[in-house]
Amino acid sequence: MSRAWEAVIGLEIHAQLSTASKLFSGAATAYGAEPNTQASFIDAALPGTLPVPNREAVRKAIQFGLAIGARIAPESVFARKNYFYPDLPKGYQISQYELPVVAEGVLPVRLEDGRTLSVRIERAHLEEDAGKSVHDAFHAETGIDLNRAGVPLLEIVSAPVLHSPAEAVAYLRTVHTLVRWLGICDGNMQEGSFRCDANVSVRPRGETRFGTRCEIKNVNSFRFVEKAIEYEIERQIRALENGEAIVQETRLYDPARHQTRPMRGKESADDYRYFPDPDLPPLRIVPEDIERERAALPELPEARRRRYIEAMGLPALDADQLCLDRATADYFEAALATLAPQAADPAAAKLAANWVLGELAAALNEAGLDIAAARVTPTALAQLLLRLREGAISGRNAKEVFAAMWAGEGEADAIIAARGLRQISDTGALAAAVDAVLGEFPAQVAECRGGNDKLLQFFVGQVMKRTRGQAHAAQVNALLREKLAP
Amino acid sequence: MSLDTDRLRHLARLARLALPEPQLAPLQHDLARIVTLVDALQAVDVEGVPPLAHPLALGLPLRDDRVTDADRHADLAALAPAEAGGYYLVPKVLE
Amino acid sequence: MTVVELARRLRGGAVSARELAQQALDAARRRADLNAFIALDAERAEAAASAADAARAQGRDTPLLGIPFAHKDIFCTRGLRTTCASRMLADFVPPYDAHVTERLDVAGAVLVGKTNMDEFAMGSSNENSAFGAVANPWDGTRVPGGSSGGSAAAVAAGIVPFATGTDTGGSIRQPAAFCGITGLKPTYGRVSRYGMIAYASSLDCGGVLARTAEDCAHVLAALAGHDPRDATSAQRPVDDYVAALDQPWAGLRIGVAREYFGAGVDHGVAAAVHAALRALEQQGARLVDVSLRNAHHAIAAYYVIAPAEASSNLSRYDGVRYGHRCANPTSLEDLYTRSRAEGFGAEVQRRILTGTYVLSAGYYDAYYLRAQRVRRRIADDFAAAFAEVDLIAGPTTPTPAFRLGEKSGDPLALYAADVNTVAVNLAGLPAISLPAGFVDGLPVGLQLIGPAFAEARLLAAAHRLQQVTDWHTRTPGARP
Repeated sequence: MSRAWEAVIGLEIHAQLSTASKLFSGAATAYGAEPNTQASFIDAALPGTLPVPNREAVRKAIQFGLAIGARIAPESVFARKNYFYPDLPKGYQISQYELPVVAEGVLPVRLEDGRTLSVRIERAHLEEDAGKSVHDAFHAETGIDLNRAGVPLLEIVSAPVLHSPAEAVAYLRTVHTLVRWLGICDGNMQEGSFRCDANVSVRPRGETRFGTRCEIKNVNSFRFVEKAIEYEIERQIRALENGEAIVQETRLYDPARHQTRPMRGKESADDYRYFPDPDLPPLRIVPEDIERERAALPELPEARRRRYIEAMGLPALDADQLCLDRATADYFEAALATLAPQAADPAAAKLAANWVLGELAAALNEAGLDIAAARVTPTALAQLLLRLREGAISGRNAKEVFAAMWAGEGEADAIIAARGLRQISDTGALAAAVDAVLGEFPAQVAECRGGNDKLLQFFVGQVMKRTRGQAHAAQVNALLREKLAP
Repeated sequence: MSLDTDRLRHLARLARLALPEPQLAPLQHDLARIVTLVDALQAVDVEGVPPLAHPLALGLPLRDDRVTDADRHADLAALAPAEAGGYYLVPKVLE
Repeated sequence: MTVVELARRLRGGAVSARELAQQALDAARRRADLNAFIALDAERAEAAASAADAARAQGRDTPLLGIPFAHKDIFCTRGLRTTCASRMLADFVPPYDAHVTERLDVAGAVLVGKTNMDEFAMGSSNENSAFGAVANPWDGTRVPGGSSGGSAAAVAAGIVPFATGTDTGGSIRQPAAFCGITGLKPTYGRVSRYGMIAYASSLDCGGVLARTAEDCAHVLAALAGHDPRDATSAQRPVDDYVAALDQPWAGLRIGVAREYFGAGVDHGVAAAVHAALRALEQQGARLVDVSLRNAHHAIAAYYVIAPAEASSNLSRYDGVRYGHRCANPTSLEDLYTRSRAEGFGAEVQRRILTGTYVLSAGYYDAYYLRAQRVRRRIADDFAAAFAEVDLIAGPTTPTPAFRLGEKSGDPLALYAADVNTVAVNLAGLPAISLPAGFVDGLPVGLQLIGPAFAEARLLAAAHRLQQVTDWHTRTPGARP
């Protein structure tokens, strides 16, 4: 982007809250059901039906608010957003307008270049999702499926404080990690449980007034978000440099052509006629409710990351990786708790981190599994790592044991015993083996003492042969050096 | 505040009500009179008076997060004027 | 015959529920000229009556067991067409029962049919029905009132001893007054709105029309109570309305609001109401002058708020999932605009457009928000008055029943007739209309208004008046 211009980006994220039932009805929210099998009479807007809010959705909204340090509104109001569209059965969406449940908060976002951006989140509010339109299944018609209608959404609105596609994506990823971390949203972008609309405008650098913005809707992957915003910024700059004005409109990203284009058929400036929903008195949240949620909040990703670095001495890169996902961080800590239950033990932490991010991650990847479905529990892994630390097993053999554990052969000790992988590190036994070998090759001993260092390896090999590969290599090395010192 | 036929057409558009031309004038006439009736509100002193959205200060009861509604597809399909393959049908919508 | 009298006869074995149901159905057919019913369901009535008789034989004896009644066609009845008197829902058969439907079913009352009403409860004369106007049993050339006109006519003509109704701006009380019967609008939230097809959500109240306050008490006892399916349903415990009927009330202070006796009130009506109030005085009540300063703004506030909420509530009627769908829609827009224009009558369309207007960008503050501020003023007026008095009284309507066709050409004339009733809905308060004499042979209604959840007090006062007067026992003569 030319340095003459500055891009201004704000993101509106719609996160589907992972409740069992819908925001205002008791229908199920599970993805992938047959059309209209998860639509209650309320969701179909039958005459006389009424909305009743889901307690869990409210709790999840409060948890998000607390995680971004936002004020939780003691009284918030559900409002009707009125417009006609077939996937909106009531002809209005129940949302929140003037008084959202979560007011302004802040989210620190770490960028790839190392900077940390403090992104102001203007608000987060509860609203119901719309149904789905299916355009290609019927010849001259569009099919409407209301399974999704009424699923609870948390709409998270950032201030227009992002200035590049990279910043936007970093923010998006941070929110994505956070909602998954809190357990309020599964973040599945393919299934539509985490959606993003981007408001993009440009202005001459130094200008404080905002340019006309366009809204890019429903981009469903991080990569597409980045590309769509990139394209849109370029498009607007080109237009303005050509003397054209930007038309305020809603646009869709076309991933095949890597372009944004105006959305057809949508009202450009619909009058939503917001008013407080008369079927729903104001939502009151008392300090006790907030404190209860605060007490139940998990340690947030940022805090955990810092603890890993400061208290455990882990490198930042490892801490970042472990804290991408709460289940991974939990696994790591559970393993560490068994491995080093007492005081802080940086070496143990590093060891555990290496294995969680290394062998475990690779195994999960290959099997296409989530860490929750890992075939080796944290305690089991820790037991293996204990043997490794003790020197009872070599590094290479440890990997073999892990693979066997993953395959379901049992616990570490059992496998080590069954496969005879136990490394001899008992100094007495090793010393005996070393002495025996030295006794067998007196000529070489003399030569080695005389200065032929290369023979050291020969002796190591002989000791390994004598112990059928089970001798602790490093200890053997050390013993030999000692005994062969001139 | 006036309610002319242009505004009336706009309102009919927002409310998705087909308004044949012959109906416009009489409807505009009726609505203009209604607007005059409610314009009387402009004269009321409401300084410092907050709006009353709900007549009684009832709290908002919340519902436990449980699936309590079974598959209603059969009932819904029976009511649907146009339905196929489980979907409600409307004339094709372009996006 | 009242509910109480019929229950006595059922208990004594003088008559069976099946016989009562048959009599009600016969009466309904005989009085088809009233057009009070949109649908009769003989089969359902027969089955319910048989069940009631069987239950009674097993020893069950509750106040409404086996009593025939009708539902205003605004309450969803599973498997039985519920039309709201609209072409939009002419063939709509709900797959579920309203709360009100369930409660009366559980009470053992016997539903004989669905009564006619103003379309989507919008109207004060029952002339806005897609199924034709309803006639007042006292004078077939006059309106029964609305929107619960069918229910009022059915009770006044003696077809059923009670019927359900809804009251958003006076739609139970005004027809009760015009038809010489007793109509109770409970406190907002006292009766669940689940399954009650919505007109204006912050104003709609389900209630009852019957011959006496005592009967109303029995029916309210069945209907009242918290319903978790309605988020505006009151949690407050239900009073024992029947036991409270004979509660002592020496010194009951009744506020007489001078605004309710304004210029538009017919002299005969005012005189009749004053006479009724004197009868209450003789029973120990004390009449006190009160003023409701913002009463004259109630109509304007109501005709902003109600249409606004209605315009949104009626957006769901779009021809997609149920209800009327136009033939051969050429586009989505065509589907919406034609289905809705064909399905909704003129008054409904007027109110939708009015509501859209007062909510639209640039007008919301000046109209909707302002109307809600005026609403608070009106509610405050009542609260201040109730610090001085226990009930507020006045004529239910400024005139007796007007003639069919007299006001139907002028919506504003109809709106103006609601002047004494709408403020009560804006404030969410309970009120009852009871017969208080006649003017030129036409019934006059006395309205008593109470503070929130004071239904017991209202019913007791009305009951007391009905024990020393006989207006409520008068019935219209045979049809002319």
